[in-house]
Amino acid sequence: MKGKKEIGKTIDCAVVGGGVIGCFAARELSRFRGDFCLFEAESDVASGTTKANSGIVHAGYDAKPHTQKSKYNVAGSLMMEKVCRELEVPYKRNGAMVIAFDADGREKLTALKARGIENGVQTEIISSDAARAKEPRLSDRVIAALYAKSSAIVSPYELAIACAENFIDNGGRVYTNTCVVGIARHERGYALTVRKDGKETTVVCRAVINAAGLYADEIHNAVAKPIAIRPRRGQYVLLDKSAMPVTHTVFQTPTALGKGVLVSPTCHGNTVIGPSAEDVSDKTALETTADVLDEVFRKAALSVPSINKRDIITQFSGLRAVCGDDFIIGESADGFFDAAGVCSPGLASSPAIGEYLATAVAKKLGLDENRAFDSHRAAIPCFATATDEERDRLIQSDPRYGHIVCRCETVTEAEIIEAVRRGARDLDGVKRRVRAGMGRCQAGFCTPAMVKILSRELGIPEELVTKRGGGSYMGI
Amino acid sequence: METIEKKIVIIGGGPAGLAAAVAAYDAGERDIAVLERDGYGGGILNQCIHNGFGLHTFNAELTGPEYAARYLELMRARNIRIDYDTMVLSVSGDRTVTAAGPRGMVRYDAGAVILACGCRERPRGAINIAGTRPSGVFSAGTAQRMINVDGQRIGSRVFILGSGDIGLIMARRMTFEGASVAGVAELMPYSSGLSRNIAQCLDDFGIPLMLSTTVIEIRGRDRISSVVVANVDENKRPIKSTAREIECDTLLLSVGLLPENELAMGAGVSLSRVTGGAVVNDAFMTDVDGVFMCGNCLHVHDLVDYVSKESAACGRAAAEYVKAKAPCNTDKSDFVTIKTSGGVRYCVPQNITRSGGGSITLRMRVDNVYRKARLVVCADGAAIINRPRPIMTPGEMETLELDDKASTAVRKAEKVEVRLETEGVK
Amino acid sequence: MSGKTTNNEVREFVCICCPIGCKLKAERDGNTVRVQGNTCKRGEKYAIDELTAPKRTVTTTVRIDGGELPCVPVKTKDPIPKDKIFAALYIIKHTKLDAPVAIGDIAVSNVCGTGVDVVVTRACAAKNVRKE
Repeated sequence: MKGKKEIGKTIDCAVVGGGVIGCFAARELSRFRGDFCLFEAESDVASGTTKANSGIVHAGYDAKPHTQKSKYNVAGSLMMEKVCRELEVPYKRNGAMVIAFDADGREKLTALKARGIENGVQTEIISSDAARAKEPRLSDRVIAALYAKSSAIVSPYELAIACAENFIDNGGRVYTNTCVVGIARHERGYALTVRKDGKETTVVCRAVINAAGLYADEIHNAVAKPIAIRPRRGQYVLLDKSAMPVTHTVFQTPTALGKGVLVSPTCHGNTVIGPSAEDVSDKTALETTADVLDEVFRKAALSVPSINKRDIITQFSGLRAVCGDDFIIGESADGFFDAAGVCSPGLASSPAIGEYLATAVAKKLGLDENRAFDSHRAAIPCFATATDEERDRLIQSDPRYGHIVCRCETVTEAEIIEAVRRGARDLDGVKRRVRAGMGRCQAGFCTPAMVKILSRELGIPEELVTKRGGGSYMGI
Repeated sequence: METIEKKIVIIGGGPAGLAAAVAAYDAGERDIAVLERDGYGGGILNQCIHNGFGLHTFNAELTGPEYAARYLELMRARNIRIDYDTMVLSVSGDRTVTAAGPRGMVRYDAGAVILACGCRERPRGAINIAGTRPSGVFSAGTAQRMINVDGQRIGSRVFILGSGDIGLIMARRMTFEGASVAGVAELMPYSSGLSRNIAQCLDDFGIPLMLSTTVIEIRGRDRISSVVVANVDENKRPIKSTAREIECDTLLLSVGLLPENELAMGAGVSLSRVTGGAVVNDAFMTDVDGVFMCGNCLHVHDLVDYVSKESAACGRAAAEYVKAKAPCNTDKSDFVTIKTSGGVRYCVPQNITRSGGGSITLRMRVDNVYRKARLVVCADGAAIINRPRPIMTPGEMETLELDDKASTAVRKAEKVEVRLETEGVK
Repeated sequence: MSGKTTNNEVREFVCICCPIGCKLKAERDGNTVRVQGNTCKRGEKYAIDELTAPKRTVTTTVRIDGGELPCVPVKTKDPIPKDKIFAALYIIKHTKLDAPVAIGDIAVSNVCGTGVDVVVTRACAAKNVRKE
């Protein structure tokens, strides 16, 4: 990403991890004056747990009262709309419902409602008719639902990317392909050993924010009482935009058969179905499995029987970073701030966690306010959602807006070039910024053109263009 | 925004659009524009560099680019307008076509619109192959374009899922590029490709065709490193005990083509769940007045020659329509819907106009391999067409040409049925 | 490649002349070839050709300098002996053309001594010169 120069000998704060939590913390840090760096081991921010996420801004009725989860979820959910406006990130308050199929389920709705009241989140229990009036394709086996008006959807990777860009715009630095391989106490704070391109460098920082997701335990354990992060896999299927079975996020009450799955629209009009919840031992076990996805789909069909496998355009999985029952948020060692074990509802909590961490670091280090801070980040002008008059103006301003590269999502060459300018280095990086390759043909038509554009813009041979960094070369 | 009025606007400058344009011109219509998103005409033919095209249309064995060039020459000779680099973004029910190009947005007000948008490949996600998501997994057509048009090298050890013609042709193509092809797996107990392609693309190079076999897992973190394949039972479920790993750095998917009909949907055109294309009448008009459809977005063809023939008929019908003569598909009382049964999956056109004239061509596909069967067209219970077929396969489109007498019988009938009969055939 | 022929040879293959796909058995006995399993004359000719002198049209691409495209498609103008396919591909791979080229231009003449030319099958203009 942009904003690079030589890593200074001593910086004020290092953020380890470029997921939505790390990016939010970094963005909030840049409200203060100081030298801040974000280190991301992968080729791009938002390429771990953040990219494989339901995208739900949970209202906060669900989290156990008086926990870190409930505290940050409720606060984060209230902040999300404003921050998405500032960062020009897709956000929609679509409302959610938890559906019950039997008396046992109805009792659970009552308990959830009570929990919501304790957390300060308003919900209402509605009849099956009222639920179907909102969601006509709901199963006729539904007997009641808990309706949460304030539940919303957001694009998780776009949120993280926007935070990182806003951080850079306000003076921060983001280092991708840069892995923190060691951390030790230092007289001025902490000494981080970072590895990039096989070369190791030491960075001294006065404070550290640990937002390393699945690997937060490794960072944490070097300086504080050990914790263990367990990966919990969630597999999803994504439906084509033409399907649109629901407009609300539809949850199921948990039953003896296990935790239910959700069916929800995404901000861009696809439908996400999932996730599974499988405890796995390998922190890289991102494969999908046929039987689990069959099960996910079968469960989802209990909520919305009309969903059709013909509409599936892709499957994916993500690994939640689980550490006990609650988030670990706070100063775990002197000047070392954790955001560990941030699984669900981590996305909804991210604005509040980011704000807390940044404020705590600023207080610790006595940082002044950054008066030049600009909370606004301009999104890449989107051709697909523009009116015809706006489209005409865009093409007049840059003829490359007239060259549509991704047909399914109507993404133009100009947008792709801008995505590269803002830090995309591979096909997935472009995809997450401007949706090229995200549609129903799943990059079948645009891959050849994308490879050519990336090769040209990055000044590398076509065969060295990758899908997502590392050795994921498109050619041989 | 520029607005252009045209009698006929054809969306797509591939084989279907070009044939429709030439035929519409030859039927007397001069005010035609073909809108093509690429900077050149011919569409997908440009990446189909193998030979075997044009035996029916030009009585010559041509490669794809040569076939395209012949049509572009016919376009040039007639001075028919092609707007290149023009991507249509929407078509409205009243035939306003909105497109983006390098000079800005353009609106075309059309007397008739012909949708000739072609088809796309079914992606990995649509067939749910388990495993990781590495690079090196391509749909076969994408790989074909990268190699044949962009001159890229995409892999050295290849496995192919799907034995449709593109999969078979890519097996040979990758071999020619110096790659080794470990095999071609086919879910069905038969290949949907032409037997010529099995002989000349696989057998010639000793590439195994693994029938009733599928890929059940993709492995590899960055680039694909192997696939796990397994035999499938009669219900197409993988038999786990037969699973075996095959090393590869490239997986090509040739698992079906889907008509591209997002524009049609936007215009309010009703689509068939079977073909994925529009429901049309014998003038190739959809159920939106003045909106026509032909080629692979109507239904996926196996031979480009058939696309050209069908599209020419569509172009002629559109030319008739703008002269206000063609029958309208939207008047329900004016057509009979053809019913299909007994192994016939679909028939295009689906509707035959009662007030229309001329002979009718029916194009259809069957749902299995049938040997020594018959295709029968019944009008009000009486078999008016009864054609023996030594073999029919799902991969090859069947065509029934109805003569004037049979066409008239169909137009007059209350009920029309096309079916496949297997009994009593010697 | 399994195109080797000896004086007494029996080979079986599926006929490609039409979709029926007859299972052909061709037997060479000295100078005569006997074909079984065919249901038409074309099948017989195919079997005899496959046994005695199998030929294929080869299609591939050749690199081009200064063109709007990085490569252009080519074909052997007529079928060439099957056992010359890879030798021909080797020659073509090491050939480079200069733009512009037109359909029918010879990329390689008399490839591998077959008497068959390799010809361009798609026109390619020189870079920065707008075609059409």
